[in-house]
Amino acid sequence: MSVHRIMGIETEYGISSPNNPGINPTILCAAVVNAYSDFLFPDRQKPMRWDYYVESPFVDVRGYEIERELADPESWTDIDIGMPNLMLPNGARFYVDHAHPEYSGPEVTNPADAALWDVAGDRILNHAAQMASELTGNLITIYKNNTDGKGASYGTHENYQVARDVPFDDFVKHLTPFFVTRNIWAGSGRVGLGQESRTAGFQISQRADFFEARVGLETTVNRPIINTRDEPHADPNKFRRLHVIVGDANMSQTMTFLKMGATALVLSMIEDSALDFEIDLADPVLEMQAVSRDYKFEQQLQLTDGTALSAIEIQREYLAASENYMASKPFDAMTKQVLVLWRDVLDALESDTQSLIGTVDWVTKKSVLDSYRLRDDLGWQDSKLKAIDLQYCDIRVDKGLSYLLQRNSNSSEMFDEQEVELAIANPPVDTRAYVRGKAVQNYGANVVGASWESLIFQISPDQPLKRIGLPDARGYRSNETEHLFAQQCEPAEFVTKLEQLISEQH
Amino acid sequence: MSEQNFESVKSAPTDTDDNVSTGQSKQPKQVVVPDISAILDQIDAVLEKNSEEFVSGFVQKGGQ
Repeated sequence: MSVHRIMGIETEYGISSPNNPGINPTILCAAVVNAYSDFLFPDRQKPMRWDYYVESPFVDVRGYEIERELADPESWTDIDIGMPNLMLPNGARFYVDHAHPEYSGPEVTNPADAALWDVAGDRILNHAAQMASELTGNLITIYKNNTDGKGASYGTHENYQVARDVPFDDFVKHLTPFFVTRNIWAGSGRVGLGQESRTAGFQISQRADFFEARVGLETTVNRPIINTRDEPHADPNKFRRLHVIVGDANMSQTMTFLKMGATALVLSMIEDSALDFEIDLADPVLEMQAVSRDYKFEQQLQLTDGTALSAIEIQREYLAASENYMASKPFDAMTKQVLVLWRDVLDALESDTQSLIGTVDWVTKKSVLDSYRLRDDLGWQDSKLKAIDLQYCDIRVDKGLSYLLQRNSNSSEMFDEQEVELAIANPPVDTRAYVRGKAVQNYGANVVGASWESLIFQISPDQPLKRIGLPDARGYRSNETEHLFAQQCEPAEFVTKLEQLISEQH
Repeated sequence: MSEQNFESVKSAPTDTDDNVSTGQSKQPKQVVVPDISAILDQIDAVLEKNSEEFVSGFVQKGGQ
């Protein structure tokens, strides 16, 4: 047990065309995704489709079928609303999710890779928006945030593969206090209080004000702290996919790493029944908003037993439990990094918050806001402060304030640009994202559809489509399939060989 | 965020199950705290000139 498990991050970005404020955002999104599609596949005739097939319950229980011949692809229009959808050479999905461009990173096995392919997504979106701006002659800008400050929120979701045999109530019980307090270091900061920013002020989290329930299925209305959506994208008898919708988008690579790593550790302890304490918050929804407003750390959270704890104390309970839990086990360097970073960040929040400028997003953002408040004598309602809030997460590398601050910090980010470039172009080697990404790289013209659990190939227009199921998130990785790609077969031969290899495994 | 804190956690062997991971040896880099006041003019240069219009023009539809 460690920070290692199947995980991934999906981000809905904010999108705008400053010179055309009234424009339909779905059109902007389509322009951005289509620009990237044309860049990747300049000769492509038919758009790539999302394979919704696996999202039906019927296929969930029969997920092991590895071959399925589908009817004429024209019939797919019934199940596809026609919005651009791409599978990328790095194994990610890039598509239009209603009014937002969404990048769903590839499945990875650890928090460092999750953070790396998340940064790759920012660069991909930036590149796509640049090309779309040139093509349309209108500047299109993208923001990695979670609210427009006017009542709308959009998500940065984390996904973790967890054991099916753990009672879901255990996740609810132990994750709720952890999520309610995690924002003290994972929050990205926000100018404005309330969903529509009706009250002036600063708060730690972008997202906290948009949560209205403890547990539930919804993600767009009445959002719950613990989301119960159950699409494992893997063997449903063994796994759940815990879909975490409560987090902020992070510009800080280090905080993305810590967010994924610390959460993975808490999940390990829940699976192992290793958490021997219970923090039963009296009103978690209200407390999450209170924690978000308490950037001076003066508040106590009320528990049902009548006692109270501070947010930092609650985080320290989880950290101490993680350290004790790992103390009796052999563990790896990355798990150690997560534990050390988590402790350092909590210590710094208590002793010297300013030392976290450049590491914790809300601290970095607030330091800029405070500098302007001081220099220009601004109140929290001032539009200049709201502009700083927004421009902090502008993903243009030359414009975004988080990047500007990073460049001035005389230190490098967690990943250098060379690593990021590799993650833009290549999938992780140790999950099924490998075979997906490599298939797109090498046989992109033949990949007419895909999902997390499948690839659909068309060898020639007069042949039926070939669907290959990929039910195992840890399967088909480089040590199993690299040799297939190295052979550089013709598409038909490749598909036959891949199908054969997978059928031998199941 | 001192380097010596890395000693405070017991070191141990590497997780063998994930030895093909690309991210095994990544270190979160230590960050030198920037002096914000010294770079305010750089920030001024990239800030939107008409912040009122810029902020009111950023209207999103709800997502997930």
